[in-house]
Amino acid sequence: MKNTKPYAITLDVGGSLLNKTGSWRTDRPVYLDRLPPCNSTCPAGENIQQWLYHAESGEYKKAWLEIMKNNPFPAVMGRVCYHSCESACNRTQLDEPVGINSVERFLGDQAINNQWKVKPGKSSGKKVMIVGAGMAGLSCAYHLRLAGHDVTIFESSPKPGGMVRYGIPKYRMPREKLNAEIHRIEEMGVKIELNTKVFNIAATKEKYGFDAAFLSIGAQNGQYIEIKSDQSLPSLVGVDVLQGIEEDKPSDLHGQVIVYGGGNTAIDVARSAIRMGTQGVKVVVRNSRDKMPAHLDEINEAVQEGVEIVALRSIVEISDGHLVLEKMVTVEGGKSQPTGEFETIPASVVVQALGQNVDPGLFADVDQLELDDGVLDVDFHMMSGIEGVFAGGDMVPSDRNVTIAIGHGKKAARSIDQWLKGEFQQMDEKHEVVDISMMNTWYYSDAPRTIRPILDVVRRQSGFAEVVGDLDEDSAAFEARRCMSCGNCFECDNCYGVCPDNAVIKLGNGKRFEFKYDYCKGCGMCVEECPCGAIKMEPEEI
Amino acid sequence: MAHQQVKFYQTGTLTVGNRLLDEDNRTVQATMDRSNSLDSGHRACQGCGEALGARYAIDAAMRATDNQLIAANATGCLEVFTTPYPESAWRIPWIHSLFGNAAAVATGIAAALKVKGKKEVRVIAQGGDGGTTDIGFGCLSGMFERNDDVLYICYDNQGYMNTGVQRSSATPGGARTATTMPVGPQPGADFDKGKNVPSIAMAHNIPYVATASVDRLHDLEAKVKKAMSMHGARYIQVFVPCPLGWGSQPAKTVNLARLAIESGIYPLFEAEHGEITSVTKIRNLVQVDEYLKHQRRFAHVMKNPEQLSAIQATADRNIQKYGLLGGQE
Amino acid sequence: MLKQIEGSHGVAEAVALCRPEVICCYPITPQTHIVEDLGALVKSGKLENCEYINVESEFGALSVGIGSSAAGARTYTATASQGMLFMAEAVYNASGLGLPIVMTVGNRAIGAPINIWNDQTDSMSVRDAGWIQLFVEDNQQAVDIHIQAFKIAERLSLPVMVCMDGFILTHAYEGIDVPDQEQVDKFLPPFEPRQSLDPNDPISLGAMVGPEAYTEVRYLAHHKQTQALDLIPEINEEFKQIFGRDSGGLISTYNIEDADTVIVTLGSVIGTIQEVVDEQRSQGAKIGALTIRSFRPFPFEAIRSALEGAKRVVVFEKCLAVGLGGIVATNVRLALDGVAVTVYTVIGGLGGRPITRKSLHHLFENAVKDELEEVTFLDLKTDVVERELERERQLIRSGSIAENILRDVGVVDAAKTA
Repeated sequence: MKNTKPYAITLDVGGSLLNKTGSWRTDRPVYLDRLPPCNSTCPAGENIQQWLYHAESGEYKKAWLEIMKNNPFPAVMGRVCYHSCESACNRTQLDEPVGINSVERFLGDQAINNQWKVKPGKSSGKKVMIVGAGMAGLSCAYHLRLAGHDVTIFESSPKPGGMVRYGIPKYRMPREKLNAEIHRIEEMGVKIELNTKVFNIAATKEKYGFDAAFLSIGAQNGQYIEIKSDQSLPSLVGVDVLQGIEEDKPSDLHGQVIVYGGGNTAIDVARSAIRMGTQGVKVVVRNSRDKMPAHLDEINEAVQEGVEIVALRSIVEISDGHLVLEKMVTVEGGKSQPTGEFETIPASVVVQALGQNVDPGLFADVDQLELDDGVLDVDFHMMSGIEGVFAGGDMVPSDRNVTIAIGHGKKAARSIDQWLKGEFQQMDEKHEVVDISMMNTWYYSDAPRTIRPILDVVRRQSGFAEVVGDLDEDSAAFEARRCMSCGNCFECDNCYGVCPDNAVIKLGNGKRFEFKYDYCKGCGMCVEECPCGAIKMEPEEI
Repeated sequence: MAHQQVKFYQTGTLTVGNRLLDEDNRTVQATMDRSNSLDSGHRACQGCGEALGARYAIDAAMRATDNQLIAANATGCLEVFTTPYPESAWRIPWIHSLFGNAAAVATGIAAALKVKGKKEVRVIAQGGDGGTTDIGFGCLSGMFERNDDVLYICYDNQGYMNTGVQRSSATPGGARTATTMPVGPQPGADFDKGKNVPSIAMAHNIPYVATASVDRLHDLEAKVKKAMSMHGARYIQVFVPCPLGWGSQPAKTVNLARLAIESGIYPLFEAEHGEITSVTKIRNLVQVDEYLKHQRRFAHVMKNPEQLSAIQATADRNIQKYGLLGGQE
Repeated sequence: MLKQIEGSHGVAEAVALCRPEVICCYPITPQTHIVEDLGALVKSGKLENCEYINVESEFGALSVGIGSSAAGARTYTATASQGMLFMAEAVYNASGLGLPIVMTVGNRAIGAPINIWNDQTDSMSVRDAGWIQLFVEDNQQAVDIHIQAFKIAERLSLPVMVCMDGFILTHAYEGIDVPDQEQVDKFLPPFEPRQSLDPNDPISLGAMVGPEAYTEVRYLAHHKQTQALDLIPEINEEFKQIFGRDSGGLISTYNIEDADTVIVTLGSVIGTIQEVVDEQRSQGAKIGALTIRSFRPFPFEAIRSALEGAKRVVVFEKCLAVGLGGIVATNVRLALDGVAVTVYTVIGGLGGRPITRKSLHHLFENAVKDELEEVTFLDLKTDVVERELERERQLIRSGSIAENILRDVGVVDAAKTA
């Protein structure tokens, strides 16, 4: 009797699967990965969204390894990177940007504390020489080792690290962290020849049988302008001052220190001077304060520490232990012009921090390499005028900062690798950058930013201890979880949940989802309710 | 409170799932083995709120009862789009009898189960607002007053959608329906009419009454779960936008439900034995026009300041009466 | 055990013996005593394992029954008159879903004008709803047929209505042999539903069926009901074996073997008719009688073969198809299609009007002489209706018909002067 169900009135369950409602559809949803703005702006090409994803669930090593795909210096970058990613972060439009930089630093420190390593690639038999063990050179070396190439770096200074070591004071960049990350690269088999200045690239390359070369000597020569002076005050150069501090040389900084220039080097000098017990530090800049090229955080911290910013002034004369300043005025277009009004301030020492130049000595004997407007031209692949000789970092035309240098190193390493294999590869087309209008931010918890602890001001003024503290583990995870995973599925299950037609298949942890197009009616609710904008509708071909 | 918001960075309990939360804090809908009680291939319109609400609620009830569930269904969209011969979209034992008797049929099922000693099997009755607040109201009230062991779920889309969008006693003032056209001096449905069934349910002193919404999945599931942990007559009214009847974009269904809650026009609360025990707070308060402007049924209201302010006044009253502001993450 | 009890009480005891699992109760005269007595049986614990539910309406009553039956419980309810109309939608639904519910109808007139007394219009109003309709002659049969009804219903998976004349049977005290539980258990096995709502074997019950299959569904419903034409006599036979009583099966006949004139009827009036038949036979009239027990399914074959030899058939019925005449008569005529027999329709006993032996004598004498109209209203006060009709002819607006008629018979004036 059990099977004698009344005809038509009683139905077996689930028979509706025979009805393929997918035929109703005029538009179909498709999953896609869009490029998050943080990734898009990162000069080192980090996949920030991806490593934050791992950090969110506490998988710190996985997160760190993800960073290491692009950047071998998380602990350094977590301190000195100017994090354009945070300025671009879509979360800014909700509350505050994700503290990407502090999480990166946390991960970098975790790696150092736990001695996480990266293995070099299988030996290729090719040898590459690198000139300059700054960030660009070290980054290039690291990536070349990942590709299995043999690497030797020639460095003229007694220690590797370039401007990070010689231009960034300890209070911003503790040396043990820098050393640890450089050491890790050395452990991968990178040879660093210190105190070795290369005078002739071609000759060195040939002598040691290198297959390719990467030049990254930076721009270490401080720019120096002649100011009318009665020689009543010592006049120093910013980068030299910072290098002297790094090398523990006796300092000329004393009394009233005047730093001339508005860039990061100027601020670094000023803040170092504060720490060295001088009587007062003034930073004189030609532009208005908001036009200063130095990073805002740095300026703010300097001011907190007692540095005085004297904006819209140019130094016209040094006379009788005083500086004669001409008042400037901002005119249309944002430039400054002299007004013809003058004032005088007392001073003990003047430090010029007005920019840096590339040392032309390296190219003296090479015809094909010439500096153009102070920098060395390279092509799209970062190759110079000589086949197999590549260059990057501060010495090539580009904005100059540590992150860009690391990015150059990576890009050049990839080009060198391809060049060594015989052919440059086409670059993958970049995904569309995700705009917040493509997202549904309702779903993100309200979450103000975790502020990194700041060393209290008095301690800062009296030593070179690191100013910005660490995030603890909870805070780091918390901060990582503020990431909205813009444009990239983070498996929130919304599409799987909100489909009225049960037309989304959940593939399991880490495997994301698939549409059952047999049943999807194309209502678009999944797209509307996807928090991160990782689904879009496409017209169906009918 | 049915559902305690997990204050957790990223999406907390706002999304359907969240890989960062304990299993216990994820929804039934986020699980790979959810019962899909209402399966693919049903004939609901694109973006149907009722189809969504029904799967949400029944899957939650299935989980809560370890799949020991029987449902009685009133005539209406939900019945028609799920069981046109020869295909059923249900995966649970399910009966459709008539438009106005779902509550009574469920009472009968519960009685049969009781007499047969099948304590573990639980009964749900479900229907749209027409089948609940109008034609099925007698049976519903009877089921309530007898305190029969039935959870009645009303999927409230504010009108008779199956018959072509006519007014029900759940249709809000101002809304255009086929029987309340936006013509004449008082366009749309009359104001100050209609029936507040959750309140009436509470007046029966039944163990549990709640309102829920398809945009608050955690909240909805927690309410169903709680209802299934109790015995006697229980009532949950789920707010389910209807793209066809409301003249809204199918993709906007969940969004509209959210705006209804966030404007205060549809208060979410729980009541036990006639007393309100919790309210779901508004997260980001919006004015009612934010909710109304996406719906063609209110197109004339958007040009009629008097009607607009009447609807805003309703929302403001709800906010005041239920205390919908404050205390939310 | 022979008891001197009210018909309703007898039915209640019979139903209780069938071990119903769910009983839905809503009061409406004249069936109320049945569900009251059942309520007491459940409440006292004499009827165990039974949910007795006080519902809010007849619509609710049968709807609850639909649910309980679909969930596999043996289900009983009772109704009458307006209640039948109020549950009409569910009546069709129960049969459409194939649910073997047993329902007593305490037959009563339908308003307006409201009238609480007996006729059979209520059952007749749902004669085509797909239920099996069994009309009983007396309270012993009421008891016996209820017990059989559950078995018929469950065997076919169809609902059964047991129709008993309101007051005349429901409220009459008679000697009734109430079976014992052991006998009933032997006759009626536990309910094994053909389909039921079960989480371990889910089905979707009550689909929407379109033009592509609806005709077939209806055909099958018809076919299924006609199966009862074999089943009812079969179960009557089984019943006889155990209980030693014959409830007659599809029809019962009385002295029709040599009859020229056969009176055909439904329900309790057969008692009076049999007495009149006896008296007329003693005066030489070749007259007999036939009772239809199963009105749905309609036993065409049985009726045709019983009436083939008669010259005339007088269908006496307690209902009226307004604008047509006899409902039963129309059905009987169909059964006699092609047979040379005259069929007269007599409408009597409407709204509780007493059916007297005197009137029946007069009626049957006229019938034997073939002096009956095609449709006769027994004991119609022709002077009253003639006056009303005359008034209507004269005045466009004649006021309330009911009031006018009452005035004519003097009730209104009497009330005013009282």
